[in-house]
Amino acid sequence: MTNTNNQILEGSRAIALTIKKIRPGVISAYPITPQTHIVEDLSQFKADGEVDYEYVRAESEFAAASIVEGASATGVRVYTATSSQGLLLMTEVLYNIAGMRLPVVLTCANRGVSAPITIWNDHQDSVTMRDAGWIQFYAENHQEAVEQHIIAYKVAEQLGLPAMVNIDGFVLTHSYESVRIPSEADIKKFLPDYKPKKNGYLDPANPKTMGAFATPAHYMEIRQALHDDMVDALKVIIGEYQAYREIISDSAPFSTSKQLMDNGLLEYHGPKKAKTIIIALGSVAGTIKEAFERSNNVGVLKLKVMRPFPEQHVLDIIEQVKPQNIAVIEKAISLGAEGPLAMDIKTALYGKTKAKVQSFIAGLGGRDITKSMIKKIARDIEKEDDEVKFVGSVN
Amino acid sequence: MKNKKNKDKVLISPGHRACAGCGQMISAKAATEGMGNNVIVANATGCLEVTTTPYPQSAWKMPWIHSLFENASAIASGIKAALNYKGKHGEGRAKNIKVIAQGGDGGTFDIGFGLISGMWERGEDILYICYDTEAYSNTGVQASGATPWAASTTTTPAGTGKNIDAIGSHQNKKDMISIALAHGLPYVAQSTAGYPMDITAKVKKALEIKGPAYIQIMTPCIPGWKVKPSDAMKLGKLGVETGLYPLLEYIDGKLVNSSKIDKKVKVEEYLKLQGRFKHLFKTARGKKQIEYIQKLADENIKKYELKK
Ligand SMILES: Cc1ncc(C[n+]2csc(CCOP(=O)(O)OP(=O)(O)O)c2C)c(N)n1
Repeated sequence: MTNTNNQILEGSRAIALTIKKIRPGVISAYPITPQTHIVEDLSQFKADGEVDYEYVRAESEFAAASIVEGASATGVRVYTATSSQGLLLMTEVLYNIAGMRLPVVLTCANRGVSAPITIWNDHQDSVTMRDAGWIQFYAENHQEAVEQHIIAYKVAEQLGLPAMVNIDGFVLTHSYESVRIPSEADIKKFLPDYKPKKNGYLDPANPKTMGAFATPAHYMEIRQALHDDMVDALKVIIGEYQAYREIISDSAPFSTSKQLMDNGLLEYHGPKKAKTIIIALGSVAGTIKEAFERSNNVGVLKLKVMRPFPEQHVLDIIEQVKPQNIAVIEKAISLGAEGPLAMDIKTALYGKTKAKVQSFIAGLGGRDITKSMIKKIARDIEKEDDEVKFVGSVN
Repeated sequence: MKNKKNKDKVLISPGHRACAGCGQMISAKAATEGMGNNVIVANATGCLEVTTTPYPQSAWKMPWIHSLFENASAIASGIKAALNYKGKHGEGRAKNIKVIAQGGDGGTFDIGFGLISGMWERGEDILYICYDTEAYSNTGVQASGATPWAASTTTTPAGTGKNIDAIGSHQNKKDMISIALAHGLPYVAQSTAGYPMDITAKVKKALEIKGPAYIQIMTPCIPGWKVKPSDAMKLGKLGVETGLYPLLEYIDGKLVNSSKIDKKVKVEEYLKLQGRFKHLFKTARGKKQIEYIQKLADENIKKYELKK
């Protein structure tokens, strides 16, 4: 375990440096704010002769996703990054990549979706893609983003599933933090060079048909196999998270006394018994932790993976901590219903707890989520109604 | 699915589900004969894909991938990039593998158009083959950008009304050959299902030349054109003999070969065999359209120097 010193880096640069050390064979991308710095850095590494990947300039995100799909089907490690409109434009390809069982890894610099057009952060882009068959990681900070990319490749390549690492646009992509990028040697120990399965890729020495069409006699089983493997990914992520800690990182899980669980899928931070639990994804979890740092009755459950959904692990925490209230704070909404994560949580807890679960929508289109807003949510959940609430200010 | 190893040099095997007499299948078979063994093919959604790969079967004997309707070109770019990478990293043989993308006219002229332009712009050594049935055959013969003037399709049906809609399609066929040339492609060619050996030779030539290549093949669709299953090749020949769909070959932007016409065949001879043009023979207005189509053929004869 070599200890590379921490550096103060922009989030995008930390990710680009990590990708460089992961050594993909083909990268293709199309620029969109706030993803741009990542792909600019990756292009610069190429121009400076520091890397040996093929960088294919695509004329759209649709093409970029298709290019990395074709490259992945030919048996090399690939990478792309996008955001918002770009992710939506990729939709058809993303579903196809998952169905084709290709271990593509993508960074989504999370941003709201149009209209009205916005460049600022929320999770509507990636959350909208939750049914596509991609593993979805969400990072709280730079260090977690770095880790999750490395783990994403390990899990994706093992299971033949694509993985998306979500990092909050601007909040993480454009901010500077202290971060440690593991050495290439350490990464390689954890994540060896990619070896596609024999007969698993396009090669004239072993001709293979990929992407055949399925009649009703076969389609369901193929889709079910994809679902089953997504569910299996839960165990694999936990295992790889542990392995990552042994091989690469010197920070053990359960690092603070306030952490009851930290397994790569989720992290609970707060009192052993809490009256209220707040659930969230991504960088806002940091703000929430801070807001209740000294609280004896509010805990924070941060999900690091939204798909596959860690249902049992959420339930375990809720059964241990026994909250009366669960506030799900989300930067996305299923318009006309409520927050998609809140729906998932309700499904997981159905019939298993008496706790009240309520959906709070905050931070859409880059609106700041302040500590006072979060505290207001913790107060509001004690009220009687259980409708979805938009929290844009403290008034 | 693992494909059967190719022993007999036929890269597309019998047992596919295409219509009897399918012009696209004749052409695809001829094309594969020019491809050799060392290729990877990316195929767009459409008749050729659907009829050859009902899971878990496949008629293809080379590595073959189908992703979506519009992205065969970008998939091919990804394959090419991966092969380039492998070629530099201990797999020298990857350098010699040829990459081909192919699709129907809908996947080429319309929905995949932007991605094909992107691929050409990148200058990658990829051959793109368009099998031009002049309509969306697979979904029931709706009009595409390749549908010719006055053809009746299911979305440009001939009718009895007074306005222009009644004549069938009333947009001119998009000139993909010129568009390909405008991208500076070193090899651009056109052929028809009437000349399988010409198709084979052009595919071979395209793969010999370094850089992006485009081959467009007119492939009569039996149900779509409402023609007899035995007529696909005849129509392919008539397309050439009328000047409507000449055999062409451009190298570095220069026309180096075109099918010379001994005795010009009138377009009626071509049109009258096809149900999609049947309405033109019934009214004075229809006759006018035939005259216009004759004019298009005559313009081609001049433009491509087809006169002997
Ligand atoms: C995005 C998308 N839109 C529409 C379709 C439906 N579709 C499948 S094949 C096809 C027509 C294919 O026509 P063409 O490319 O001309 O090939 P052909 O079937 O004529 O060989 C259409 C419209 C689709 N699969 N994907």
